[in-house]
Parts: sequence; C-alpha cells; structure tokens
Amino acid sequence: MSSELEVGRHALVPKHEVLSKKEVEELLKQYKIHTHQLPLIKSSDPAAKAIGAKPGDVLKITRKSQTAGEAVFYRYVIEG
Amino acid sequence: MVGVSPDTIKTEVSKLEGEVPESVVHELRGALLRVSKERAITREQIEQIIEGVKQAYTSAIVEPGEAVGTIAAQSIGEPGTQMTLRTFHYAGVAELNVTLGLPRLIEIIDARKTPSAALMTIYLKEKFAKSKEKAREFAHKIELTTVEDVALQTETDLINMVFIITLDRSRMQRKELTPSKIASTIKDTLNTDVGIDGYKLRIKPSTTTLSELRKLATRVRALPLRGVKGITRVVVKMEDDEYVVHTEGSNFLEILSMPEVDQTRTVTNNIHEIEEVLGIEAARNAIVNEAVKTLEEQGLNVDLRHIMLVADMMCASGEVRQVGRHGVSGEKASVLARASFEITTKHLLDACIHGESDKLDGIIENVIAGQPIPLGTGSVELVMRRGGEGGTK
Repeated sequence: MSSELEVGRHALVPKHEVLSKKEVEELLKQYKIHTHQLPLIKSSDPAAKAIGAKPGDVLKITRKSQTAGEAVFYRYVIEG
Repeated sequence: MVGVSPDTIKTEVSKLEGEVPESVVHELRGALLRVSKERAITREQIEQIIEGVKQAYTSAIVEPGEAVGTIAAQSIGEPGTQMTLRTFHYAGVAELNVTLGLPRLIEIIDARKTPSAALMTIYLKEKFAKSKEKAREFAHKIELTTVEDVALQTETDLINMVFIITLDRSRMQRKELTPSKIASTIKDTLNTDVGIDGYKLRIKPSTTTLSELRKLATRVRALPLRGVKGITRVVVKMEDDEYVVHTEGSNFLEILSMPEVDQTRTVTNNIHEIEEVLGIEAARNAIVNEAVKTLEEQGLNVDLRHIMLVADMMCASGEVRQVGRHGVSGEKASVLARASFEITTKHLLDACIHGESDKLDGIIENVIAGQPIPLGTGSVELVMRRGGEGGTK
C-alpha cells in the first residue's frame, strides 16, 4: 500500500542543498564564525538523508518566508 | 518630461536584490510598474525611490545587541494573558475535538510528545479529492474499527467458558465486514478457536481458566479489524472545491504512504511526528504554523518574526527542544543563568561537583554580579592596541 515517500516534495520542507568546501569557507568568512556556531541538523534527519548529507557538511536551506519572501538558513550536519 | 520604460524600472529595481529581502524587491517592482502606467516616472525619481526604500529597510533592521529574545517573550506573553484558559471542547464546523488557546500554545512551546488532541488534515490526490464517494470510501478505510465498534453485545459465558460477541448487522455493512472475515482476523491474531453461528461469534480461550477468559475478552474487544492505527474519528469536508479528510488521532507516516494521499500537503498537528517523518526544518515550519494558527484563532496579532525566533531556537540543536528547563533554558552555558531559572540548588550543586566555571558573559550572570550587562550598548568592549605608532587606528 505504500508509494515511496519523497520528503522534499512536502510543502513543509524547504529546499536543502549541500555546500561545497569553497562555499562553506566563504560563508564562515562572511559571518566570521566557525562551523560549530551554526545551527545543527542530524545526519539521520529525513530531509538531510534525502540529499545524502554527511556529518561535517554544511547545508544551505532556502526557506520560503512570509516576511522576507525567501530566506537562507544554514545548518551544520552532525552525527545522530 | 518623459518617463522611463518598464524595462528600466525592472533593471533598476533588480539592483536591490541581495541588499533587501526578495519580498521587498518584488513589492517595489510591482508598485512602480503599476504607477508608471498611470503617470510617467523619471529616472531621477526612480533613483530617489530606490534610495528611500534602501534607507527605510536598513533603519528597520534589528540593531546588533538588541534583546530580541526578551522582546519576543514579551510580545507573545502579553497577548497570551488574553487567551482562553479553557482547555477543550470547541465544536467548530467539523465536530472535532480541538485544543485551543493558551493550553495549545503551551503544548507547542513545551514540545510535548503527543498533543492532547491530535488532528490530521489529509488532502487527497485529484482523482479522489473531486468525488464525494471516493473520499468517503477512503475515510472509511482509514478509520480504526475494533471488534467492539461492530458488536451489538458482548458476554462472557462462565458455564461453557466462552466469550460471545453478537455482531451488529448494519454497522458491519457500513464497514464492509462479514462475520467470517471478523472470525478469521480474530483467529489469526489471537490464535484461538472461533465458532460462527449466524451473527454470533463464540471464542474459546486456549486454557479454560477464568483469568484467561477475561484477558481474552478485553483483547478481542480492542482488536483492530481495519483502519489505520491511531485514527479514531474521520470527517470528510468540502473545502475550496475539493474533499478534505479531517481525522481525530494521527499517524503521519502511515497515512502519507497511502496511495490516495497527496503527499505534498497533508499535515498533522503533532510536531514530533513531523520531525520524525519530514525532518527538523519541516518541524520548524510546523511550530510556526501551529503557533500562528492558535494565536490568530483567538484574534491576537503577534508579529510573525517573534514566533519564528522561538521556533528557530527550539530547532537549533537539530531536534525539537522545549522552551524550559529540559530544553532551551536548561542547556545554557552559564551555571548562574541556569540556577536562576529553575531548580537552583541542583544546578549549583552539580556545578560544584564538576568544578564548572562561569565566564560571566551572559545577561543574568552579570545582573547577579552587579555589573553592566552585555546588551545593547553594553555589548561593545573597547580594545586598545598596544605598541605600534599609536593613534593610527
């Protein structure tokens, strides 16, 4: 009775992308922070799993926001 | 004076992208194009407008060092005093049991594992959403039906040591069940002998003791015959041109994997289920949506940004944490900050045992110590560069 569940298609799930090494560096430089200062996401998180994120990656999350139209958020992938 | 063309407006406005949020750019572009149809706008005017927008936006940004958390707490807290304290029973249109007002808001903020009234809104795929019959059929399919729901009467025959169920004919018809179907389900799941006698089922326990018979009786009564676990009531409603199924009780994963269900829109009010099935970002959105819904329903207008801040904090660690001593507040780095919140002695004692130190870089610690707090203008420190030429920077 099951049809495969595609997490990314649900209206509640914003777009998740894995950032490349270079992009991560730029991001950290821009905000003058370290990766551990970013909000976290578990590697077992369904949305992270769907794009194959591994611990140590930084995800770029493009949220649809009612106030800003589009808002970008970052999360650091941790084991869990 | 000749006005500029719509194309120039578009290119000029799109220069703002990256500087101001997308929604502002979008709104400005729309407004300028609309006005330019009525009267000419000169290039100079456009530049002035764009500059004005930029300034208005930058002056509206929260300043560094602003106590956004305190402001959010006050902004949600004050309207909270006006909310209903009454817990339950709001009939509404769909006769569903809904938790409202302050109790619901507390439930969301506390990140309770199960809401006291779980609800799902199930959207169906187009094929099913347009036809009333198909939507009804689906509703019947998911509603949990136990043996007790289709029984007219149940009795325990102590002389023959059997449990007898008299089935209700009309109820069974509605649920598309037959006595033999029910009997075989009971036989398969409980591994007992079931005799069928018209609309009467006689169930014999494996050992003929009284306690065994009683145990069997309760198990048989609660035995699910069809439906989805957890879904206790189902209501089909017409909403914007399509049939939507509302349920009491929730089982997000199982409902989502049913072929009739629209996987993109179906939601539950159980935030933990959303976190498990769709992830932390979806949970954050769900927290925002649920909180806004609860506040709006009470006629209260809280700025969305406050709620978003709370939701972001609750989800910052990668899982949904409550705002309270087991979550956000309980995981503050400073001992003094934690001790000043709840269970003071425990925190102080634990800190002593572990030899914790407090760097006094938060608000509460500095209030306790009687120093200026690092907030607003207090959050800046002066660092002098020693040596060098002096006076250059």
